Amino acid sequence: MYVAVKGGEAAIANAHRLLADRRRGDRSVPALRLDQIVEQLALGIDRVMSEGSLYDRELAALAIMQSRGDLIEAIFLVRAYRTTLPRFGYTRPIDTAAMQVERRVSATYKDLPGGQLLGPTFDYTHRLLDPELANDPEVATPEQRDGDGQLMSRVSEILAHEGLIEADGELPEDHVTGDITREPLEFPLARDSRLQALSRGDEGFLLALGYSTQRGYGRSHPFVGEVRIGEVELELDVPELPFPVTLGRIRVTECQMVNQFKGSAKAPPQFTRGYGLVFGQSERKAMAMSLCDRALRAGELGEDITAPAQDEEFVISHSDNVQATGFVEHLKLPHYVDFQAELDLVRRMRSEHEKRNQTNDTEQREAAE
Amino acid sequence: MSTPATDIATYNFAYLDEQTKRMIRRAILKGIAIPGYQVPFASREMPMPYGWGTGGVQVTAAIIGPDDVLKVIDQGADDTTNAVSIRAFFQKVADVAVTTETAKATIIQTRHRIPEHPLTEGQTLVYQVPIPEPLRFLEPRETETRKMHALEEYGLMHVKLYEDIARHGRIATTYAYPVKVEGRYVMDPSPTPKFDNPKMHMSPALQLFGAGREKRIYAVPPFTKVVSLDFEDHPFEIQAFDQPCALCGAEQVYLDEVILDDKGGHMFVCSDTDHCETRQACGHRGHLSPDILEPAQ
Amino acid sequence: MEQMDVIDGGFAAPVFDAQTVFRAVMDAMARPGTVQHVAVLAQPPAPLAATAGAVALTLCDHDSPLWLDAALQVSAARSWLGFHTGAPLAATPADAHFALVANPASLISLENFAQGTQEYPDRSTTLILQVESLTDGAPLHLEGPGIETSATIAPTPLPRHFVEQWKQNGARFPRGTDVILAAPGAVACLPRTTRIKTMEA
Repeated sequence: MYVAVKGGEAAIANAHRLLADRRRGDRSVPALRLDQIVEQLALGIDRVMSEGSLYDRELAALAIMQSRGDLIEAIFLVRAYRTTLPRFGYTRPIDTAAMQVERRVSATYKDLPGGQLLGPTFDYTHRLLDPELANDPEVATPEQRDGDGQLMSRVSEILAHEGLIEADGELPEDHVTGDITREPLEFPLARDSRLQALSRGDEGFLLALGYSTQRGYGRSHPFVGEVRIGEVELELDVPELPFPVTLGRIRVTECQMVNQFKGSAKAPPQFTRGYGLVFGQSERKAMAMSLCDRALRAGELGEDITAPAQDEEFVISHSDNVQATGFVEHLKLPHYVDFQAELDLVRRMRSEHEKRNQTNDTEQREAAE
Repeated sequence: MSTPATDIATYNFAYLDEQTKRMIRRAILKGIAIPGYQVPFASREMPMPYGWGTGGVQVTAAIIGPDDVLKVIDQGADDTTNAVSIRAFFQKVADVAVTTETAKATIIQTRHRIPEHPLTEGQTLVYQVPIPEPLRFLEPRETETRKMHALEEYGLMHVKLYEDIARHGRIATTYAYPVKVEGRYVMDPSPTPKFDNPKMHMSPALQLFGAGREKRIYAVPPFTKVVSLDFEDHPFEIQAFDQPCALCGAEQVYLDEVILDDKGGHMFVCSDTDHCETRQACGHRGHLSPDILEPAQ
Repeated sequence: MEQMDVIDGGFAAPVFDAQTVFRAVMDAMARPGTVQHVAVLAQPPAPLAATAGAVALTLCDHDSPLWLDAALQVSAARSWLGFHTGAPLAATPADAHFALVANPASLISLENFAQGTQEYPDRSTTLILQVESLTDGAPLHLEGPGIETSATIAPTPLPRHFVEQWKQNGARFPRGTDVILAAPGAVACLPRTTRIKTMEA
């Protein structure tokens, strides 16, 4: 006898209880604290803040803990919280030339004002697992040079002195900076909206697309003009005050990619730019973003659009991992009503097919007799 | 961070902030004024995943008030897990009365079905829509499909349907079957089986469609012409089932196939669980109804 | 005194009042010609009336530029709307998302307002016309989506040559403007799809 399945509510409650159990794991192992995640899984925090578009380490840590370390789930949690926050205003553009630099490397010059500064990088570490780490070894205090207060000018400005690189893109005088979290996207996008979308885009997706441009799918002859990581000040204009108010500091990673450009009817041969900027320390993401940004400028620079990375609607419509994961995973929701409709169609088409074959067979036999 | 994480959970009535509601409400009014046209809106991240009804949830949250009675269905059923989850969400954030009875609801949020019980004036049906653009699978680019709608250039859709006929002898679209609204816009009815398309035509209820991930809202006002695309020699027709519901004996309703064993045994029962239960409560019986069969073996 | 006029008179319960008014407007837009009751929920300064004021509070904010007719431009209602909605004033009628009209009889012609584009017909102005009555004017017989067979309303006052203007508005479909008629205690709507049947026809 058939009894219809009931009790969705109880099933959901039980599933969530089991999830909470698995999240906590073995109770004899001490529970993680948020400050441990903030301090020791800092790059995971940075990714969640960057793709979650919310600069808050503690909330990112909470999200990582709640998501059992599933970073896309954590990004989703942060986004869903962010969207409920009131909007007080928009800060002034950050000034990365005034950054308190922790790391700065350029691939286009051997040395340059301010010097190359390796900073806290995995580069040149030998990727050998270090069993020592399991025993919480003493860690030496790092060497730090005194900040001499000298501004570290950006490589793009050095090139600009010679007129060898295009100027920073100029938006029309009356252009109001877009906000992709408040307005639906309308293609083609202005570059400000496109950069916002890239900055919160999925690291893996942008990495793969950036990589594809290096392998010939939209080749752009890139050089890392500069990657810099460090803290910048956030300033807000308040109408009542004659000076901007400092809100605090955030850490960002900026990449200026310098790309060869042979020139076109409109512009002389010169270097062009691809730009990447993300919250926290994430060189991979900032570099991939700058490759994608440059590839997506193909139309603007009069280049042929032939590769996926150059196709704005394709790249931007599919770069958001919260959207992507939701829609891919929604396939596990029940679809049995539509499946029933398809079942019915396939059955009918099969029976018609068989009938046709039988008639053909009979006709052939009759013809043969 | 100034606020401890534990102080976070204060949300507005129906979850969305008032500014977001106003933005969605403006889009709904435009959708009603231009039936079948997809109004872009600044869809928000919701506390459920994209593709799981975020568009429908935003529309419902923007219109719902304390006097409303809400019904949520998925696949026609009130007890499917996602329907349970969305209903619980609105109970929590809007403290709203809920029901499973179609006739008692003022707002019905649905995924993939239109209830069998005829809707009435004053009811609003909110559809969850995954891909709002009916031309999307013929032309993936928004820039192109927008032009097609602007120019009322729907030839591509007819070519696709006609190719079906040439290849399969019939139109091989069984759900999300495109419709033309009030003689102008070709519209995706959301992935409801085409069985439900005729219910959209001249319905006394207001029909609102929300696509969260794709950031579109559209609408069919009450008493509006909704015509399924077809050809003179291949008129639109809906699915017909060979047998009535095994539990309530209903005919001319949409049925789900339920697998009974691993030897090919199956039965057909109403996809609309409320409709089936109401009929059974009124004494209607199907051939596999528990009352008719011998007590369980 | 002036200052108090500006600050007072908003919704007492902003969340629920806005929802109530919106549902009345939504139902009115979905069922053109029906008259939807709206309680007195806002007390704006003259010449803005309670219903039109409540509709503006419900729909307008920073993101929706507002156009005011001459009577409202020079009144305390202008500051009241600015204070309660935050809506910027539209530089021209063609920039307006909403137009609030205290004196419909002397309104500039509809074609001056944003009509939307063929690609984005939603980018048009919605007119909120403050009328004295929905029953005392010349009867308008309505047809179109939202109306089962036909409906009748008799709003007054209306813009000059309204029936002719409305016919031209319909001819621009899917572009065009939509109208919310705000009367004492009630709203009715004319979306761009509604056709007004003239008596002789």
